Amino acid sequence: MDRIWNRGERDRAARMARARAAGLGRIVEASRIGELLAAVLVPGDRICIEGNNQKHADFLAASLAKLDPAVIHDLHVVQSNLALPAHLDLFERGIAKRLDFCYSGDQGVRMARLVKEGRIEIGAIHTYLELYSRYFVDLTPRVAFVAAHSADREGNLYTGPNTEDTPAVVEGTAFKSGIVVAQVNELVDRVPRVDVPADWVSFVVKAPKPHYIEPIFTRDPANITEIQVLMAMMVVKGIYAPYEVARLNHGIGFDTAAIELILPTYAESLGLKGRICRYMTVNPCPTLIPAIESGWVEGIHCAGSELGMEAYTAARPDVFFNGPDGSMRSNRVFCQLAGHYADLFIGSTLQVDPEGNSSTATANRIAGFGGAPNFGSDSRGRRHVSKPWLMAGREAARPGGGTMPRGRKLVVQMVETYREKMQPTFVEKLDAWKLMDEFGLDLPPVMVYGDDVTHLVTEEGIAHLHRCATVAEREQAVRGVAGYTPVGLARDRAAVEGLRDRGIVQRPADLGIDPRLATRDLLAARSIKDLVRWSGGLYDPPKRFRNW
Amino acid sequence: MEHLVFEFGPYPERPRPAAAVIVGVVGSGNLEALCESAPLGGRLRVEVSSSVHGFGNTWKAVLGDFADRVRLPDLLITINDAGATPAVVGLRLAQAAAELGAA
Amino acid sequence: MSAGYLEATARQRVARFFDAGSVHEWLGPSARVTSPHLAALGMPAAFDDGVATGRATLAGRPVYFAAQEPEFMGGAVGEVHGAKLTGVLLRAARDRPDGVVLLLDTGGVRLHEANAGLVAIAEIQRAVFEARLAGVPVVAVCAGSNGCYGGIGIVARGCDRIVMTEEGRLSVSGPEVIEAHRGVEEFDARDRALVWRTMGGKHRYLLGEADALVEDRFEALREAVVPYLGHARPLDLDSVRAEHEALGRRLARFGEAPDSLDIWSALGVADPARVPMLEPGPFVEMAAPLRERADA
Repeated sequence: MDRIWNRGERDRAARMARARAAGLGRIVEASRIGELLAAVLVPGDRICIEGNNQKHADFLAASLAKLDPAVIHDLHVVQSNLALPAHLDLFERGIAKRLDFCYSGDQGVRMARLVKEGRIEIGAIHTYLELYSRYFVDLTPRVAFVAAHSADREGNLYTGPNTEDTPAVVEGTAFKSGIVVAQVNELVDRVPRVDVPADWVSFVVKAPKPHYIEPIFTRDPANITEIQVLMAMMVVKGIYAPYEVARLNHGIGFDTAAIELILPTYAESLGLKGRICRYMTVNPCPTLIPAIESGWVEGIHCAGSELGMEAYTAARPDVFFNGPDGSMRSNRVFCQLAGHYADLFIGSTLQVDPEGNSSTATANRIAGFGGAPNFGSDSRGRRHVSKPWLMAGREAARPGGGTMPRGRKLVVQMVETYREKMQPTFVEKLDAWKLMDEFGLDLPPVMVYGDDVTHLVTEEGIAHLHRCATVAEREQAVRGVAGYTPVGLARDRAAVEGLRDRGIVQRPADLGIDPRLATRDLLAARSIKDLVRWSGGLYDPPKRFRNW
Repeated sequence: MEHLVFEFGPYPERPRPAAAVIVGVVGSGNLEALCESAPLGGRLRVEVSSSVHGFGNTWKAVLGDFADRVRLPDLLITINDAGATPAVVGLRLAQAAAELGAA
Repeated sequence: MSAGYLEATARQRVARFFDAGSVHEWLGPSARVTSPHLAALGMPAAFDDGVATGRATLAGRPVYFAAQEPEFMGGAVGEVHGAKLTGVLLRAARDRPDGVVLLLDTGGVRLHEANAGLVAIAEIQRAVFEARLAGVPVVAVCAGSNGCYGGIGIVARGCDRIVMTEEGRLSVSGPEVIEAHRGVEEFDARDRALVWRTMGGKHRYLLGEADALVEDRFEALREAVVPYLGHARPLDLDSVRAEHEALGRRLARFGEAPDSLDIWSALGVADPARVPMLEPGPFVEMAAPLRERADA
């Protein structure tokens, strides 16, 4: 019996032959994109339309959404971000049916509606690392649509600083007999560097307009509040200093931006330079510029890039990971991995329950996860040691008993007790439960689990959750920093004072911090213009962030 | 607008601040608090006008903790609130207390 | 790094702008003269209706002042707010201090009390001229986060002097208003680089509308204002005619320019694209000999 071992290759050859028969070469005119899609796609295909945090194959997405659902239908979309309306048009129009993804951002409300209408069947909502992993297990794309900055005539791709997911998507597809279609901003004689080699790329289309990039990591220091400065001081003095956290991952909100901006001022005054915040896995957030320029941060690996930071990152090759061409190369897979094995993750969230579980899920909106769960979890496969990892491991209560010494990752959640418009951050039950019931999920979509969190920081204080011996103790520690929210008001005052005596709950005063001294004067930069000044004019902020 | 009135104390007599003190401004997520001496039989009275409804218990808890801490007699605090969170309320009151010499 | 003028509240600005301990407020917060309109709309009032008014000294010289609070309704002018501004100016016309300093920071008239606000603008405008006719110089400082827009933009141009920072903006219609009426092709309000090069301090200085452009620091702003105290500009038929002719010349020279960059280029600015990034010191050094001058 002759068994066929190369069905994938044969199928790819058939699709390529259809394209050739239509007169399409490796370089395809934008006007003929419809013909290309008709040649390479068949109903039921598993596809990825590269949709990252920032970079989007927007021309290809829009072209796919224009396909005739009578001809191409039941596509299975496997991609990290669904950020463009066109991504959901595919489902609304009946071209795609099934979806495995990570994050939907602004499209979350519409996605929820389409799921309810039965137009989207969700396979699973992943974290980034899970979805990338499944490209190499059981969710390999048949056809991948990616975005790059430029291509040469052979099809070598240059991604520029926004490399992001491209290597993972292309490798999974090209090495399993799939087809890779790239949209590029320009065709050049010679690409500055080869981010994807030509023989992994099937077709290149020069898009009518450069691909869309969203500046999502720019936080204007002008919007940082006194409360955020206070919390940043508590994190620096109460966590970074005692643990000497040198390798860490920062979230991308205003809370962590405040930490970055008080490194050259407040942290400097505490004599912490060279002892904390030396290596970071984070996007090139403009608010990092003062800390980089004043010698705090020595190395940064980035998941993506940020608009306006191109010249700055290129001029700081000792700090960033830049190619031989001089420009930065980001890589979300490696950055996620690096962050997972760093000593500390700190980020913000929308809701926290009394067990310390946190979620960004809100009713009627399927937002997904992104990268926080991978960053914000204890890396139990870790074996190399560091001071903060050993120290947290020693401190951690071991409710299950056991004698084997272990290390522990620091996972810090930093929230104000109330968000804007008096929405309490602390709730008795996460909205994630409602979402689970509403959409028939198997588990509530929790961003960071309470037993992974070591520290919870609010304007009311720091709760050292990993030191709590029992669930009941942990609950009182959470309530103890939940302030005047109903969750906080329901605390057992005596129990919380007991935790305070043991240093498991620390108030600002316990840390020697006077909230009245937490002013914006501590910020090394108070405006975008200040960041430009710090960068020596290298940072070129998007126009919407300027006030000069 | 929601109008709330709270009284705390009475507290033992102490030197009164000569001039009125104002902290904060009325802007989104912020408030202004005007602190003036008034004959209140040793009590500390707080009058709140807020654009956000339904947080009477929260105000009571925040202001009660503040009053317990500073124990200022015969003080009238009038608040115009545009949705300040308890964190901001606490910070403004701490600033006021410092200016009143009760920090 | 201590926060500058831009981020300060009206009361902080007053305290740090004028001589320490010299500030005496009129109708301060304890007076509780608040808007009679906002409560009916379910909106919080401010004890001073968003403007601090009073007298102080500046470099030892007696001045009257008004400072608009940027956070309260975007510094917008309502009935009480407007009446306080008018009162300061009329009192100056009567008492003749060495100057009136207006720390302006406003989007214009408060829409919630539009009619009263519009009447107030007319009254303020007239009061500026009353003060000037009495020989009291009126100096407008346009260095706040809301800019200086609407009727107050017109009022500012009716003052003796205007002092700005590069963060400050001065115009009548704001970016969003222009975009709403004329379309995004005419003016993209989200393109903040466009907004600032069209309405910002540097452009106003190059056009000769702002008399001084300084850094966002209290000392710098004070030093810019002090020389104008006690020196009212003439306000008579000749001066108005001269101003009118200057505007006519400006229109003839730049009326067809599609963008501020073209105006700067025509003025002889060597590298207009670099202007937004220039710090105030080097900018003024470059711009002072080139800029339009109404009195030239």
